[in-house]
Amino acid sequence: MGILEVKNVNKRFGGLQALGDVNLSIEENTVHAIIGPNGAGKSTLLNVLIGKLIPDTGSVMFDGQSVLGRKSYEICQMGISRVFQTPEIFGDLTVLENMMIPIFAKRDGAFQMNAIGATTGEKDVIEQAEHMLESLNMIDKRHFHSAAMSRGDKRRLEIGMCLSQNPRLLLLDEPTAGMARADTNNTIDLLKQIKEERDITIAIIEHDMHVVFSLAERITVLAQGSPLVEDTPDKIKGHPKVREAYLGESA
Amino acid sequence: MDAIILQILNGLDKGSAYALIALGLTLIFGTLGVVNFAHGAIFMLGAFCAVTLSKIFSISYQTIDETQTDFLGNPLKIETPYVEHWFGPEMGSALIDWSVPLAILFSIPIMISIGVIMERGLIKHFYKRPHADQILVTFGLAIVLQEVIKYYFGANPIPTPAPDVFRGSFDFSPMLGFEANSVIYPIWRLIYFAFSALIIGAVFAFLQFTTFGMVVRAGMADRETVGLLGINIDRKFTIMFGIAAAVAGLAGVMYAPINAPNYHMGMDFLVLSFVVVVVGGMGSLPGAVAAGFLLGILESFASTTWATTTIPGINQIIIYLVAIIILLTRPRGLMGKKGVMED
Amino acid sequence: MLGLNKRDFTLLLIVVALAMLAPFLLNPFPEGSAMAQFNAGYPDLMQKFVIYGIFAIGFNILFGLTGYLSFGHAAFLGVGSYSCVWMFKLLGYNVMPGILLSILTSGIFAYLIGVVSLRRSGIYFSILTLAFAQMSFALAYSVLSNPKFNLTNGETGLQVYSNDPQWLHSADKPDLPHLFGLSMRATHEMQLGAWQFQFNVGYYLCAIIMVLAFYLSIRIFRSPFGMMLRAVKSNNTRMYYTGLNARPYTLAAFVISGMYAGLAGGLLSAVDPLAGAERMQWTASGEVVLMTILGGTGTLIGPVLGSGLIKYFENIFSKINDSVLHSWFSFLPDGMEDFMVTIVHPFVGKGWHLTLGVLFMLIVIFLPGGLVQGGQKIRGLFTGRTEAEQAQADANQSTPAE
Repeated sequence: MGILEVKNVNKRFGGLQALGDVNLSIEENTVHAIIGPNGAGKSTLLNVLIGKLIPDTGSVMFDGQSVLGRKSYEICQMGISRVFQTPEIFGDLTVLENMMIPIFAKRDGAFQMNAIGATTGEKDVIEQAEHMLESLNMIDKRHFHSAAMSRGDKRRLEIGMCLSQNPRLLLLDEPTAGMARADTNNTIDLLKQIKEERDITIAIIEHDMHVVFSLAERITVLAQGSPLVEDTPDKIKGHPKVREAYLGESA
Repeated sequence: MDAIILQILNGLDKGSAYALIALGLTLIFGTLGVVNFAHGAIFMLGAFCAVTLSKIFSISYQTIDETQTDFLGNPLKIETPYVEHWFGPEMGSALIDWSVPLAILFSIPIMISIGVIMERGLIKHFYKRPHADQILVTFGLAIVLQEVIKYYFGANPIPTPAPDVFRGSFDFSPMLGFEANSVIYPIWRLIYFAFSALIIGAVFAFLQFTTFGMVVRAGMADRETVGLLGINIDRKFTIMFGIAAAVAGLAGVMYAPINAPNYHMGMDFLVLSFVVVVVGGMGSLPGAVAAGFLLGILESFASTTWATTTIPGINQIIIYLVAIIILLTRPRGLMGKKGVMED
Repeated sequence: MLGLNKRDFTLLLIVVALAMLAPFLLNPFPEGSAMAQFNAGYPDLMQKFVIYGIFAIGFNILFGLTGYLSFGHAAFLGVGSYSCVWMFKLLGYNVMPGILLSILTSGIFAYLIGVVSLRRSGIYFSILTLAFAQMSFALAYSVLSNPKFNLTNGETGLQVYSNDPQWLHSADKPDLPHLFGLSMRATHEMQLGAWQFQFNVGYYLCAIIMVLAFYLSIRIFRSPFGMMLRAVKSNNTRMYYTGLNARPYTLAAFVISGMYAGLAGGLLSAVDPLAGAERMQWTASGEVVLMTILGGTGTLIGPVLGSGLIKYFENIFSKINDSVLHSWFSFLPDGMEDFMVTIVHPFVGKGWHLTLGVLFMLIVIFLPGGLVQGGQKIRGLFTGRTEAEQAQADANQSTPAE
């Protein structure tokens, strides 16, 4: 029984079968990559996983609870954190403030009217945030205006913001898209480091094979809306069906 | 039955004005993504085009007739409009009489240029600014335009009559088989409705059947993609802005005989037209037109003595009430498309 | 001090000093001198400064922090005014119950409007609030002023009549708004040489409330709640995917700022017990937006500066007539003088709204950050630092937690 169980999911947009009979199980404490050529239904699947799209049939269970039809903040409070293709951070706020918000959210829930006490008086939260920034090597940037940082730094911050909530599942949507090689490698190293340091399940949806094969312990290949194969990276590499899906070679 | 038909007819003229203004608002919003708070002011400027032309035609010179005296015993002063002097009395008085319809011709180029100047001179610089800034700057412009009009024309409404021939009422009763005079309707309002229908038809035909219209419709659906195709969409949007301004301006010119124009009529109509756009569905042209007529007719029903004695003042708030109910039940409006202005 | 860091505390002290010393500061010119027309230290005007200051401070909590641009805040101002006058009619002229009720009713009113309007954001939200305000105006102007149910007294405006119950009124209390017996109109005049200063009870009551309102707004700005509101403005998507529900946050901000507007409306009635529907019109909503952006949206001091400037210029500009203009331009040759008077004339006297509109556009086009940002730019020119560096330095200073 995996931490995330997708069963018999179908999703149709008009005449297009975006997802067809998807079954997927992500085991706790693994790095699971979902790959596939363009139009394979990766984004649709991701949107189903986070409750944004409700499938026509099937179920998506996280730790025994259905995620379908839930609001995004509820899903996050359940323990699923999401990293976006383009880093989504609070650009108008400083790096430290960016890091404090998820810690508040973890501590106080989806809404807390704390309008009188000063933010600077929240020593615990600041301490936790600074600790997180230290482990990201970003502590000297804590008063930076976060929108002014490089894309790599923004990604690093975003991942840190997710981790500060101790999620049980971290969903990454093409985390290195549009990044320079150095930034990509930094991100890979960061994710490896995270995996070593804590018990966490990571699901990556990715295009870049370099990233996938450096990180993943299990890989699901999606083609035309359905899982083609699911196996370890070594076996996937030489798999004829995968080659066919990607290169159009006949087996 | 006759009372119902009468109320529907009564709602048509206001409904037409709402529909025309809402159409322009939607065109601008759909193509440029800008909500133009100055759009009502354009409607108002249109009405004042009619006022101006009738004033120009009536500019007179004085002659003193020594043979006659006025009631104070002074020699009688006779005012003769210059147009009568130049074109002869008959032609001259006909010109004065027909000043509102003539103002249409003269307002089209004026309104289009106002629209183009507005877009090129001001709004163009705000495409990349936050929505709040766009709202604020057009709001400021609306205030400026209406205050300028107030400065030159005063705060009081200026009656601007329709040509004599259109001044009476038309009796629909015989046509519908009712008692005579049970459904009578002012001719000018009938013309206003026909004129609006014509303009709405023209705009839709233009969008449907010309290449230009096709690009604009594509742009409304997906601005970025059309931009990527290498089509110079900015120029087309400027023209679109001019057209929207002309539509609102014409609506204003023709509206002058129905309600004497005043400087704040623009804002009054704008707020209601916004409600119309919201009810019709943001970004939907047919929605804007349908909701315009619907709410106009609704308002007319709420203005009957029966309605106003039951709930005093209901005619003033009915549109807002309906809008709130529709928004609560159908947040996207009547014909709104998915994904427009949703967060 | 008072739970504020040093910078904010200094700012609070400045506002306290400005508010308390206003009768001196605003009357710098001796009575009877040519410059006395620029004085603004008389009670009516000073009351307006602080009351509209409260209005703008509240508006800034919504617009400055969350970025939700409400075009209907005048409705809350009006509701506050009516509530306060109703307390005068029912209980008597003590202003305290009136002010409390105006905060309460406008809060409830803001909650109801907020629940509906906040279903949408951006332009949609602005349009919805505008429509609600216009509806409230129509309600107050005609619907709720019929013989059967007269809540607002329509065109005439709501006021106290001699046959009103006034249950708590007694003969020893003034027959005008008062604070536990101290008349709001009571004014102490001080003559210092050629200068004349007026100290008015109504003004000082409003000023003290304004200082409190300002203090509360600093606390809100610096609180975790304030940070969440800025987060809403910055990135709604990230907000939701961080496990935060943005809706109650924006609704709370909307209600708080509606209560500020109601308080301002109540105070308007407290200093002059007549409430009219025109207070709810869209022009009034537009004015508070302008005050906020003129001063600097999202800054603490901005709205206070903005409202003061707008109300000051409104007063000065409205007083200027053609003869004043002629005296100003009398140094020019005759033709030039007339020309200048013709040019300036539309903008002064009754033309104040035109000036307001032009000002509105100029600020939005050239100085979207308002005067506070303008001031920072000028400071940057002198210190040779860029804006970003300046902000960096400010951020370092304002976070003593390190």
